[in-house]
Amino acid sequence: MTMSVEKGDRRKERLDRGIKVRTDGVYAISSWIEITYLVLPRMALIVGLLALPLVLTHFPYWQRVVSIIGIYALLAIGFDFLANFVGLVSLGGGLYIGVGAYIAALLNSEFGLPTYVTVPAATVLGGALCTMILFPCLPLRGVYFAIVSLMYPLLAGRVIEALNIFGGTDGIIGLDGFSSGWVEQYLLIACVLVALFVLRRMVTEDVGLVFRGVKDNDQAVRASAINITTYKALGVFIAAALGCLGGACLAHIYMWAGISQFALDFSIIPIAATVVGGGGTLVGAVIGCVILVPISEVLRDFGTLRIAVYALILTGFIVFKSEGIMTYATRKYEQTERWVEI
Amino acid sequence: MSRESLLRVENVSKAFGGVLALSAVDLEVHAGDIVGIIGPNGSGKTTLVNAITGFIKVDHGRVSFKGREITNWKPHKIADMGLTRTFQVMRPYFSLPAFKNLIVPLFSRRARRTGGWRGGGKMGSRDTVAVDILEEIGFERDSYVPYKVASSLPTGYLKRLELARCLALRPELVICDEVFSGLSMSEMASMVPLIEKLQMEGITLIMVEHRLRELFRLANRVVVLNFGCKIAEGTAEEVMGHKEVKEAYFGSEEVLSYV
Repeated sequence: MTMSVEKGDRRKERLDRGIKVRTDGVYAISSWIEITYLVLPRMALIVGLLALPLVLTHFPYWQRVVSIIGIYALLAIGFDFLANFVGLVSLGGGLYIGVGAYIAALLNSEFGLPTYVTVPAATVLGGALCTMILFPCLPLRGVYFAIVSLMYPLLAGRVIEALNIFGGTDGIIGLDGFSSGWVEQYLLIACVLVALFVLRRMVTEDVGLVFRGVKDNDQAVRASAINITTYKALGVFIAAALGCLGGACLAHIYMWAGISQFALDFSIIPIAATVVGGGGTLVGAVIGCVILVPISEVLRDFGTLRIAVYALILTGFIVFKSEGIMTYATRKYEQTERWVEI
Repeated sequence: MSRESLLRVENVSKAFGGVLALSAVDLEVHAGDIVGIIGPNGSGKTTLVNAITGFIKVDHGRVSFKGREITNWKPHKIADMGLTRTFQVMRPYFSLPAFKNLIVPLFSRRARRTGGWRGGGKMGSRDTVAVDILEEIGFERDSYVPYKVASSLPTGYLKRLELARCLALRPELVICDEVFSGLSMSEMASMVPLIEKLQMEGITLIMVEHRLRELFRLANRVVVLNFGCKIAEGTAEEVMGHKEVKEAYFGSEEVLSYV
């Protein structure tokens, strides 16, 4: 019982000890070193994303891939939010992209509106339209909502084809592009970072707790005098608006909107990215996209065989690291020990 | 009776396919009462609760609360009027700490209008009010219990959390669906005064129970259901002396009469 502490003694301590001891998630900061532990990984992501286009200056093809990563990241953030914080597994990614792309294309080609109007307009109008389309399905839960939401992008393409509207199978061509590649890439990266920041903040606020309540136990939320349909619709609107933002950018990047923007890829890759990155972290979804989208580009030469590679990666993650990269990395980072003077 | 009736259930029937879960049930609850609902398993107690609170739609009959007809209203609208319920199967928001569970009801329009239980929400932040409510209902404020993740709480606390979720709305009528079941003797012993305290606060209670001894201590009036029908109503002594009630619980002398 007589352990004396000499001046200059050291012991090992976890990086997050000071933070965990006070309370989880409440950032009562006491020293600059603890701020550093919190800020460092966050800055790494922000600076890393912002630096990507600069690093790839001499590889214009890969700069374009950065934009595509941004579009998938917006979809994946929306998917992760809906699935892990609202409890709706949505496979409607193709619908969001397609609706966003067509609205931006119509506003641009029919009304001659510039990109800085069409993109925000497509985000809001598209989000509202997708919410209206999915509204009747909101009472469905789990896999049933997933099935119905997967139907809509398939349906939308067929309807446009059959009725020969919006340019039919040719699509809407000759749209304005972004003024430069830099605008295109930094617009998307900024949107991803803002979406991440806002959503991560929102899910810990009181309104976010209501969303999580809807996921955990919707009956108790109803008994608490809260209309769950309103909150589910709001959740869908947020995810759909993010997707439509990506879709509008996609249309202006390719200066074209067509049926192939209702493609299944937009519904599937966000899920794969969320699984790889770690569900329920939001950041994980972005990291998943940063990994999967370039792989998908590299494998482009193999044609449809890349689906097989995708399947292998997914299976590997589900079997060996089902928690996902972000959850794993966070845990390991926080468990890292350092020497402290006692 | 001179006192005003808070809840009136008239002639309510509900069938699930061929099973008549409720058949022409009447119930009247006056402000300030504690009314017990008992009956064997499958007698329609929870169905009645669901019918009153809007979680299922009734086939016939009407339900009115504070003089307004609320038959087949949406559950959240009924809760907004001040009629709320606990669930028999406790399902808190498992991923959230206990006190954060109360943020959801405190976020509702009703709680913002009324300030939550005792109007505290108009003074402090939702977090503070949530811990206040939990302390009032038996979570030791200075312990770690109110801050523990709900999934790690024992049954006794989860039952209290269910009640706390209702209280956060500043309800006028709370329907408790088996708050005593699954509790240890000591947990039960502290739950009874808690219910009495709620009654003194002016909250009317309907208690669906299997624990008859505790219920009879609390309830002014007891209603007995069997096979979806109300078979008896009255004080505890009156009800237990009733022939049909004895038969429902212990079987009749002519054993085959219920087969």
